[in-house]
Amino acid sequence: MPVSPRRSVLLGTVALALALGACGGGDDSGDAAGESDNVVTVRGCNPQAAFVPANSNEVCSGDILDQVFSFLVRYDPENGQPSNEIAEEITTDDNLTWTIRLEDGWTFHDGSPVTASSFVDAWNWAALGANATLNSYFFEPIQGYAEVQGEFDEEGNFIEGSAAAETMSGLEVVDDRTFTVTLTQPESQFRMRLGYTAFAPLPESFYEDPEAFGQHPIGTGPFQFDSWEPNIDVRLSAYPDYNGEVKPNIDGAIYRIYENDDAAYNDLQADQLDIMPLLPTSALAGDTYRIDLGDRFIERPTGVFETITFAPSTVDDRFDDPRIRQAISMSIDRPEIVEQIFSGARTPANGWVSPVVPGFQDGACGDFCTYNETAAQALYAETDGIEGPLALSYNADSDHKAWVDAVCIDINTTLGIECVPTPFVDLATFRDQITNRQMGGMFRTGWQMDYPSLENFLVPIFATGASANDGDYTNDDFDELVSQAAAASTAEEGAELYLQAERLLAADMPAIPLWHRVNIAGYSSHVDNVRITVFQTVDLLSVTTTD
Amino acid sequence: MGRYVARRLLQMIPVVIGTTLIIYTLVWSLPGDPFAGRCGARPCPPAYVAAMTDKYNLDDFWLVAYFKYLGNLLTGDFGETFQGLSVGEELLRAYPTTAKLALVAIAFEILIGIGAGILAGLRRGSYIDNLVLVSTLVVVSIPVFVIGSVLQLFLGMRWGIFPATVGGDASLYNLILPGFVLASLSLAYVARLTRTSLAENRRADYVRTAVAKGLPQRRVIGVHTMRNSLIPVVTFIGADFGALLGGAIVTEGIFNVPGVGNLIFRSITARDGVMVTGAVTVLVLVFLLVNLLVDLIYGWLDPRISHG
Repeated sequence: MPVSPRRSVLLGTVALALALGACGGGDDSGDAAGESDNVVTVRGCNPQAAFVPANSNEVCSGDILDQVFSFLVRYDPENGQPSNEIAEEITTDDNLTWTIRLEDGWTFHDGSPVTASSFVDAWNWAALGANATLNSYFFEPIQGYAEVQGEFDEEGNFIEGSAAAETMSGLEVVDDRTFTVTLTQPESQFRMRLGYTAFAPLPESFYEDPEAFGQHPIGTGPFQFDSWEPNIDVRLSAYPDYNGEVKPNIDGAIYRIYENDDAAYNDLQADQLDIMPLLPTSALAGDTYRIDLGDRFIERPTGVFETITFAPSTVDDRFDDPRIRQAISMSIDRPEIVEQIFSGARTPANGWVSPVVPGFQDGACGDFCTYNETAAQALYAETDGIEGPLALSYNADSDHKAWVDAVCIDINTTLGIECVPTPFVDLATFRDQITNRQMGGMFRTGWQMDYPSLENFLVPIFATGASANDGDYTNDDFDELVSQAAAASTAEEGAELYLQAERLLAADMPAIPLWHRVNIAGYSSHVDNVRITVFQTVDLLSVTTTD
Repeated sequence: MGRYVARRLLQMIPVVIGTTLIIYTLVWSLPGDPFAGRCGARPCPPAYVAAMTDKYNLDDFWLVAYFKYLGNLLTGDFGETFQGLSVGEELLRAYPTTAKLALVAIAFEILIGIGAGILAGLRRGSYIDNLVLVSTLVVVSIPVFVIGSVLQLFLGMRWGIFPATVGGDASLYNLILPGFVLASLSLAYVARLTRTSLAENRRADYVRTAVAKGLPQRRVIGVHTMRNSLIPVVTFIGADFGALLGGAIVTEGIFNVPGVGNLIFRSITARDGVMVTGAVTVLVLVFLLVNLLVDLIYGWLDPRISHG
């Protein structure tokens, strides 16, 4: 049949349409949720980096890695207390050299045993400059860290051979199940850190192809990694040879990836999604979630803490008088804002350490963090006051506008300072200005704990020159106390010194404590015994299905 | 016609180079370091920043960096996202879903839009005509996220006829609801366009001739009137198909469809410049090709338009 030009166009169109339609047709596996009866679906999100523990520093990948890996210590999901998991015992005489002995019987999901080198090699890999990991600074306390960092040329390329050593001198394998860690200075709470994602052991297969591993991690934890389809889901299944004390009740979990919070919440209401660790703001407003979900929700304080930091004196010297900072702090009505704006998803803060941390003290900030109009005015009147408008900056790509506006109104009405809410387009732009010390006035700061310890809320933020010390706060007494605390002979003694250091902050008010986050999680009628950890993740070990 | 197509294809080259240059430059010249917000409250380790800067040629002069990118692009290498995934693979994963969704939407536009347009156009001033006019007016006035959320609430969550969201299982059935929502606005335009065009042509001379010849009504309308009335409609639907293949950020967001719109939105918020540039490049290509296709169909429907 001769094909006319007109007809060929039509045929071409039809063929294209069919081809496009067929492209996506091949992969319709199983039903929508893909759930057998004993598998739960959890709301997931797109990880920012591949699934390598040394590169995981946010909740999307951390949530999954914490199910796939076990660590030397495990934090109790309820109170954050660490207890030995892979470690049989962790001992030290001087807080400087730590001997870690591993429990027998732990294996990776590929069947290989967990040995002392599984940890030592993994930590060395993570710290090595050439590997450019996001979490390398967690290994900074270990002796020899500086030597493995190496140097970079002007173009940013790692200079081959510039690292003085390939491995950290502070790590030493004693035998198959024992290794020692030597730190550069004593650290009484070192054991607290060892349950953080960055300290995971890695199997030997990792080093053959780290990139392939990132697409399909092999861990030691209660769940093994089955598959990752970017933007769609991550599938885990229970590891039959898991060596932990508590075995999972479920056969597996599917982390379904949603770009949009509300879409996930709608699926939760329709019973098409089982667990949503953090409900969206729209569901919290007016306690809508209580109507939608009945009693299928959990409130869980987590280790996320929000503050307002003052620009360093070198950038903006208007707050040099601590009384100004204290007066501003006292002019903020925290309980009112928490109730009106956050619908209870925050608790007012009165100190600089999250209440989920074992050994937390209530009221370290005292009166300075309590709303008191007259006291604030009186204190402010003693000072020279603030000249000109005062910016309170925030990143506008998250839900911050409402509370920033409210805080500014409080400051304005109480003290008569012209407080101006100042949005920045996104977190990258915002943090860039802060890091480069270009931002004046006040700005929002937040801290999400790496591990539940007092030290993690104080040293990285307020010690002189610390990595997250955005306000360039420096106080010799504080530095002295935290280093004494680190060197204390017992963890209890150390904790007491950290608490003393925290109380010192009230006098200087380097950052205004605002509130701690409370996760409000929801679950479907398909599951029960849902627990959320202090890290905002789901404790899959306790979840059960109802049918 | 072969020469026409060849000329059009050649014209695409400067368009693609121009658009990628603009997008690439704009994406990477956004203020602020793209790695500044990636480590929470503290700056990322210098080794990491240095490695990423090197990987994405951020320390080169922007034009040099662009040519490096273009060079890779010509060999089919779209680069890697911040997550270490291949941009090409990501696009291949997202595109079929978006294409399927677009096809479902176009099917709705054709079935309901043209159908309602014909009914209304044949009986001007009747009850049906008024019904079509009023209902399309309503649809045109409501923003798509309202239609989407309301249909999702009732059909998806309350009555459970369709799944509330699509997710990984983008079967045709699951795409009906988002497809309909996506089609709703254009559907109204298509209906009105068909109606007007049909009503006009019914008074044309050649139609009167056909009736006078004694042709049955069905043939007069079905062949003579329809063929000419559909020209503007086809143009519209063709252009709309091109736009739909660019992904639908709002609809894909509401129904969690893992398509191109979703991908681009996520990449923009994550500042993943390589992903954004790659996706937009493909988008431009698709749009140009669909436009070419529409122009060719045009000639087929109306032989007076020749691409000789």
